[in-house]
Amino acid sequence: MASEATVERRSASHRLSDLFHGRERLQVGALLAGPVGWLVIGYLGSLALLLVAAFWSVDPLSGLTIKEFTLENFEALVNEPVYRDIVWRTVRTALLVTLTDAVIAFPIAFYMAKVASRRGKALLVIGILLPLWSSYLVKVYAWRTLLSANGAINWALDPIGLSGPGYGQAAVWLVMSYLWLPYMILPIYAGLERIPDSLISASEDLGASPFTTFRRVILPLSFPAVVAGSIFTFSLTLGDYITPRLVSNDQFIGNVIFSNVANNQPFAAALALVPIVVMIAYLLVARRLGAFEHV
Amino acid sequence: MRLSRRSQWLLRAAVAVGLAFIYIPLVVIVIYAFNSSKILEWPPPGFTTHWFSQAFKDEAAREAFVTSIKAGIAASAIALVLGTLASIAVARHRFFGRETISFLVILPIALPGIVTGVAISNTFTQVLDVPLSLFTVIVGHATFCIVVVYNNAVARLRRLSGSFEEASADLGAHSWQTFRFVTFPGMRSALIAGGLLAFALSFDEIIVTNFTIGAGEQTLPIWIYSNLFRPHELPIVNAVAVLVILISIIPVYLAHRLGAEEGGATGGRGAGGGVETEATAVP
Amino acid sequence: MRRRDGNPARTAWLVVAGLVVFMLAVAGCGGGSDDTTGGSSDEALQKLGKGEGEVSLISWAGYVEPDWSKPFEQKTGCKVNNKEAGTSDEMVELMKTGQYDGVSASGNASARLVAADLVAPVNTDLVPNYETVFEDLKDQPYNTFDGVNYGIPHGRGANLLMWNGDDVTPPPDSWNVTLDPKVAAKYKGKISQYDDPMSIAEAAVYLKTHEPDLGIENPYELNQEQFDAAVQLLEEQKPLIGEYWSEAAKQISAYAGGDVQVGTTWQYQYFALKEEGVPVKASPASQGFLPKEGATGWSDTWMIAKDAKHPNCMYEWMNWIIEPKVNAEVAEWFGEAPAQELACKETANKNFCAEYHAEEPQFWERVYYWETPLADCGNGEENCMDYNDWVKAWTTIKG
Repeated sequence: MASEATVERRSASHRLSDLFHGRERLQVGALLAGPVGWLVIGYLGSLALLLVAAFWSVDPLSGLTIKEFTLENFEALVNEPVYRDIVWRTVRTALLVTLTDAVIAFPIAFYMAKVASRRGKALLVIGILLPLWSSYLVKVYAWRTLLSANGAINWALDPIGLSGPGYGQAAVWLVMSYLWLPYMILPIYAGLERIPDSLISASEDLGASPFTTFRRVILPLSFPAVVAGSIFTFSLTLGDYITPRLVSNDQFIGNVIFSNVANNQPFAAALALVPIVVMIAYLLVARRLGAFEHV
Repeated sequence: MRLSRRSQWLLRAAVAVGLAFIYIPLVVIVIYAFNSSKILEWPPPGFTTHWFSQAFKDEAAREAFVTSIKAGIAASAIALVLGTLASIAVARHRFFGRETISFLVILPIALPGIVTGVAISNTFTQVLDVPLSLFTVIVGHATFCIVVVYNNAVARLRRLSGSFEEASADLGAHSWQTFRFVTFPGMRSALIAGGLLAFALSFDEIIVTNFTIGAGEQTLPIWIYSNLFRPHELPIVNAVAVLVILISIIPVYLAHRLGAEEGGATGGRGAGGGVETEATAVP
Repeated sequence: MRRRDGNPARTAWLVVAGLVVFMLAVAGCGGGSDDTTGGSSDEALQKLGKGEGEVSLISWAGYVEPDWSKPFEQKTGCKVNNKEAGTSDEMVELMKTGQYDGVSASGNASARLVAADLVAPVNTDLVPNYETVFEDLKDQPYNTFDGVNYGIPHGRGANLLMWNGDDVTPPPDSWNVTLDPKVAAKYKGKISQYDDPMSIAEAAVYLKTHEPDLGIENPYELNQEQFDAAVQLLEEQKPLIGEYWSEAAKQISAYAGGDVQVGTTWQYQYFALKEEGVPVKASPASQGFLPKEGATGWSDTWMIAKDAKHPNCMYEWMNWIIEPKVNAEVAEWFGEAPAQELACKETANKNFCAEYHAEEPQFWERVYYWETPLADCGNGEENCMDYNDWVKAWTTIKG
């Protein structure tokens, strides 16, 4: 059989494969040329070009950039307290949302992974994924009407004498926790699925109570998955400006960038560096904690 | 795992609360889609299916829907190609900078959308002198969709032993044949799941799209956003949203079935290490 | 094995270092400002040609409605692509992309667009309906620069003080209901303010009457002392604010939902809410008075982009929008004073122009059209706050 094959003329794909055969560097290079070229030259290059403007300034009337090196944007960022407040407010909300989502997501993911029947699991997975397909804008606007003074939340709480949070910080936290919840549930679910049942049985056989099993077996093993989910809840909160605008009067980093992008791009670029630096630091920590295996 | 009665009950309660949290706003959206008042009053003064018929008739909405589909398919296709290539390199080879690829690929989605959007838009309009259009939107979407495909593909490749490919080579197949007959079939469901998630991401994206789209076109989120300015049409938006959710049950179900099949075929939970659930490996 | 893998951290740092070097190189080598060819070298269109089949516009909510854009499409074959923007900043940003043919620019955008070389002069000979535009809208500082005409007037109006008639009594006739901390405290958490640095001018208009010692003449030309006073007033207002709005729909749903009861608005929202049966009242020009301090307002101009892709269609649009019947429709629909004199004969409400003071130049003297704040105070001094200062202050006010 094999000898017959060598008598035939080699097809183009065969010849191409021969070219790569044994030459690992070439293989890797060919594979990576597309993706890496796209991401490094296209994406990182674009980012660099944008961020370079952080060292420039702007003519107040025309809004045209004066391409001379200056640090005035960074001075403004550091010296004016309002920007520190805004950055801290954004980061704090991102952390709160992440924590909230982790707490809400874990039981659901655990139930899906370890308790639900095959059928129940399928239904739950579909049930969690479906909200991802409803428009982000529509969901936020729905929350806006829910939270309004004459909205459904106040209407429901009124008989017991309570009232909803209305618009503001609490609303932003609530809505963002809502929006990013599926992004937290799914990685935790995947991570929990990967824990073999045998490990849990072994722990029980050794005499551990369910709580101890949870604390000393399940939690550590699923922690990287939680961190993986947190990458999305944290980054999505950090960069959002539409939700704060629709359910609060508070400015987040994204809002200030947005309002400066038109007339003062250098300053907007300097502002943009803040979430970028924060996010890169977060990603480095997450990678350390093994999250990248679970994303 | 054996749980006490009380723990079981608590767990179920937590799940119920969580699901209620997820679905109540969606129920509100559905109710508003039938709201007879133009401004979203609560409680709704009356019910009507008027907005649904308006939604079907609305030309701009239909065009925006089609544009979103086009952009989604194109962006997913690009992401599939680039993500698969990168995943094979990372999972099957060792080279200088391998660990950095995962980091690189996740950046577009981890950095704020407004930064990505403005950067790409600037590069096109000011550096390359390319006008904004559906093409630039697709480029933007593909960039942050790569990671979804990549993660699913890498996870699957890691689980599939490389020995199958080696055996295939030993039997005389060249690398393209090996890919086509051995690697790809093993990866296929992971790629489909990744592709579907990439499509979902692209379909609903607003921030990057806002900065990269041309004047004459609208994707569905852009159409929705522009109708938030038009209070007279706000309920149509809700009707459209409900329709999109209904239509999307199909791809979501498909994605799950494909993921579940693969997992089922190669063994269930247990010593093997657990069912691979790429269908659910998140964006 | 480890050696072949390389050090992953090292790769990352190499890439970052490379990019930083690249960035600094571009930053340092940039050198000098952008070339500004200025308005002098570009020419207005000399001759009107055939329509190009479409036109892309940026406009305020309610300016481009199917009621008059569809007939336009039928008549000229130019399909209208319209993008609505909530603030002048958004409009400038959109114009910078070069994707649009024209924009309905207010005074706080027009000067910036001209200085940034984003718009071309308008040849009014090619716009036959321009002849019968109101005289006090022609050759104004917000649409004419260095003696060169840059746009076609759309219409004008004053920003309104709107309140919920059921919740706010007695009916206010002064801006103190939103700007005087003592009076406004009654409506704490229910005040609606426009989310834009132009609000500083509203505070300045208020202070012009209530603190005459500051010597404010033009609310857009403020020296440090006047500026700080206005900013201070707005900072005192912040805790009383229910919502800062920039999208019309957002404000409409806020009034309808009872989240706000009083604040600044445009006629567009006022009429939309009335149609829905929300008991709003306003102090529009049509009721014969502005709040007693006067008000900020706008006089909008259609401007054509430099190197517009569809210039002929844009000229057709500019002529169409001041066609007497159309401008009448536009004005009545939105609730503003028309730019076209002949429109006053075409309005459905025969008293429309009288109600909106379209033919009374002296009325508009108490309306301070939006302008771009410049360092040049206009009275020989150069120490006024410029737009960047206004934007920075607004960010600080909102917190």
